Amino acid sequence: MIGAARDRPLGDSRAEQALLRKRYRFLVAFMLVVIVLLGLRLGTLQLGDHEQYAARSDDNRISLRALPPNRGLVLDRRGRVLAENRPAYRLVIVPERTENLEQTLVRLSDLVPVSAEERQRFDRQRQRSRPFEAITLKSNLDEIEVARLAIQRHRLPGVDIEPYLTRHYPHGELFAHLVGYVGRADERDRQRLDADRYRATTHVGKTGIEFHYEPRLHGQPGFERVETNAQGRVLRVLEHTDPGPGEDLRLNVDLDVQRAAYEALGPYAGAVVVLDVDTGEVLALVSKPGFDPNLFVHGISHADYNALLSHPQRPLFNRVLAGGYEPGSTIKPFIALAGLQAGVITPESRVFSGGSFRLPGHSRRYRDWKAGGHGSVDLELALAESVNVYFYQLAVELGIDRISRELALFGFGRDSGLDLPGEITGVLPTRSWKRATFGEPWFPGETVITGIGQGFTVVTPIQLAHATAALAGRGRTAPPALVGHNPVVTMVEHDSAYWQAIHQGLVAVVHGRSGTARAIAGGLSTRMAGKTGTAQVFGRPDDFQAGDEREQEDLPEFLRNHALFTGFAPAEDPRLVVTVVAEHGGGGASVAAPIAAATINAALEAGL
Amino acid sequence: MRLAAGSILAGGLKRLRLDPWLLLLLLLLMGFGLLVLYSAAEQSMAMVWRQAIRLGLGLAVMVFLAQLPPRLLKAWAPWLFAAALLMLVAVVFFGVGRGAQRWLDLGVIRFQPSEAMKLALPLALAALLHGRPLPPDWRNLLVATVLIGASVALIVIQPDLGTALLVGLSGACVLFLAGLRWRLIIGLGAAAAAAAPLVWMKLHEYQRDRIRTFLNPENDPLGEGWNIIQSKIAVGSGGLSGKGWLAGSQSHLEFLPEPHTDFIFSVLAEEFGFIGVVAVLALYAAIILRGMQLAGQCRDAFGRLLAGSLMFMFFVYLAVNVGMVSGALPVVGVPLPLVSYGGTSAVTLLAGFGLVMGLYSRRRFMG
Repeated sequence: MIGAARDRPLGDSRAEQALLRKRYRFLVAFMLVVIVLLGLRLGTLQLGDHEQYAARSDDNRISLRALPPNRGLVLDRRGRVLAENRPAYRLVIVPERTENLEQTLVRLSDLVPVSAEERQRFDRQRQRSRPFEAITLKSNLDEIEVARLAIQRHRLPGVDIEPYLTRHYPHGELFAHLVGYVGRADERDRQRLDADRYRATTHVGKTGIEFHYEPRLHGQPGFERVETNAQGRVLRVLEHTDPGPGEDLRLNVDLDVQRAAYEALGPYAGAVVVLDVDTGEVLALVSKPGFDPNLFVHGISHADYNALLSHPQRPLFNRVLAGGYEPGSTIKPFIALAGLQAGVITPESRVFSGGSFRLPGHSRRYRDWKAGGHGSVDLELALAESVNVYFYQLAVELGIDRISRELALFGFGRDSGLDLPGEITGVLPTRSWKRATFGEPWFPGETVITGIGQGFTVVTPIQLAHATAALAGRGRTAPPALVGHNPVVTMVEHDSAYWQAIHQGLVAVVHGRSGTARAIAGGLSTRMAGKTGTAQVFGRPDDFQAGDEREQEDLPEFLRNHALFTGFAPAEDPRLVVTVVAEHGGGGASVAAPIAAATINAALEAGL
Repeated sequence: MRLAAGSILAGGLKRLRLDPWLLLLLLLLMGFGLLVLYSAAEQSMAMVWRQAIRLGLGLAVMVFLAQLPPRLLKAWAPWLFAAALLMLVAVVFFGVGRGAQRWLDLGVIRFQPSEAMKLALPLALAALLHGRPLPPDWRNLLVATVLIGASVALIVIQPDLGTALLVGLSGACVLFLAGLRWRLIIGLGAAAAAAAPLVWMKLHEYQRDRIRTFLNPENDPLGEGWNIIQSKIAVGSGGLSGKGWLAGSQSHLEFLPEPHTDFIFSVLAEEFGFIGVVAVLALYAAIILRGMQLAGQCRDAFGRLLAGSLMFMFFVYLAVNVGMVSGALPVVGVPLPLVSYGGTSAVTLLAGFGLVMGLYSRRRFMG
């Protein structure tokens, strides 16, 4: 009590107490007002702006995730798989979840080889991604890599092995140019394709069927409304719509015929096309050499790509569509048809071949391929023996305009309409083309060599095959198609006797006593009609001499002429067309014709 | 029977110098706090237990401090203040902590001297001013200002803006209650406003960022503004009745930063809605009212100045934290009193309540 008395402050007067009480009251009021204001503030957020914040909360947690559709399969005409989807595994990293990204990458490189390119791609992707997004370091892991990673994964936070479906081409190079391949969608693809449908799609068709039929193969993406946390990790699926798989495409090609044609080409680079005369269906379409399209699916390495680019036979080049060749003697049946139609010749007209031809008033000599000439030949023999002088003279009598008109009817000089990208139109020489291209008039000498398929004329194997189909169908066939078929059209109308005469000549090429391709007759399982040809590679300006095979063998291979053959079978009831180009094969008769024969035999064996 | 038991309990509490009403309100708040923490801590019972133990420790400190006679407090006040100030100086030289030096490592425990200052400064100011005529003359005011200035300055350079604010305001509150003239208050306010640009220049970059972000959070939605935006979304999406306990998507999907510590009020607002918010604010208001009632009945100016400023500090905790999570104030690291996970502030606050109850319990000795 004494302490209390001592402690009692002298100044603790009534006035002081009143002051304290006033201050207390003020303080309490202030605190209550602030608490009420805070309550009002919270009320504004929770009641006034509730809907706005509720929506933002949903936006926060719910995101729409696209699911990639399964790409449609590509099948041959009998349902055998040419392009499929295989389960594969890729190594992904979520940078945010790693303890130390650089260290993780170093430790990973001990487990799986990571190339400099894969690392570069990873770094590029990382710059574009949020830290919680998974970035692929390496695709298509093999089993040993998957096993090794699975064991070590617990020590590598943020590293994951992710299953996915990858495109696989079981027949590799055999269908590289036909089926094409898919590859990672790049900026150009994204601009071309519908962003909504391709949101989840990583790979799109780049070439071939995969490119042309992208819309049908791709399918409809599915969607998932998912609840995610702030890091973007999916916690719950709220709604799920399955993706609609892409359409399985059944091609007209036959795997067996394709393989037979590819093998028949042997060491040669070249092209083989097999068509159905009545429908235009493409039964085989070979460009050799091919390449392994599977390399492109996961992003081809620079080394592999450079190897393909520097390969002397240019495996990336699709010869069927983009290979422009001189038709050589394979043009002769079409020139002959023009002659018959124009009345310049009849099947019985005879021409004397003495070894060379000279334009009246010109000194230049155009040679026959056979020294000393073929003697007096009619149309059948002219075709069978491929008599140049016959066609030099015919061409001169027809004139370039009537030749061009006839060739145009057969589809030369324009797109065949095949359902594949990258087709070139070749060159159909006319007076106006010459003037437009060279600024020069047409010279008579140029007509002479046009008669034997030299000079300016450039055809593609698919054009030649299509024209041959029109020839086999006596003017009627359908544009070539890999999927489904086009309506049959009458491309050329001629007297049936003319067609008959040409067919007879082409049969004589193979089955005649002196036919240029008579060597293959014995090995054929049906009667066949066709025409050999040789396209110049090494043109000697003063010596327009194609088809001299003996001389060819002395040349280094890359200077040898291209060997051509185009024909149809069975000869009397044509169903199949085969066109062969064997680059640097030398002669059409000795190299291209046997390839065509083997291909036709395979087609018949396949029941076509 | 029940009434008898109740009165026996009340009698026991009285002997312990505890106020049954204030204690009941505090226990209610802490109980509800643990419930919210269970949700905010992803249903971790371990964390709830740890927090319960800390609160128990805080209650023990409260009971202990309630027993100390005011005489002793007055006598110790200068020494306690001197010790706290010395330790703050020591922190400057020997402090540990990430980013900011706040802790003293005493070997056995790590101690945060700024926390002790929250009690030591009001204690020292109350002891300084109570025996002299109120309102204080300019000499005492000068001394008080120096004490406040020194403590706040030492905490600001750690840097710990939140604690500096709390310490400074509790000190200022003592001066206010002591009757600091309004003229002077307004003058000081004007001076502070004038000094603001100077302070801005002295602030650390992260502190400036916080203020910039507070002024316009949507400018930087993925960086500094993220916390404020996500907290407002959590609060706003709670609506009237909330998303339900354990069902707050903002809290559980990791959108909300620090859901169990500084932003636990957002979890509460999201899961229990405006109804829960009003209930909790009412609970806080009741605690403050009861505390102020007790403080106002303390036997002398020392008790009233000290208890009043301790209650005001409790209020500042609440106002700054709720203001922060609702986007009305910048993000300052101040926990929600007695609810946020963490022991330091809870023990300090409960110690303050212990002092308030102890001071009040001696009112009958007043002449």
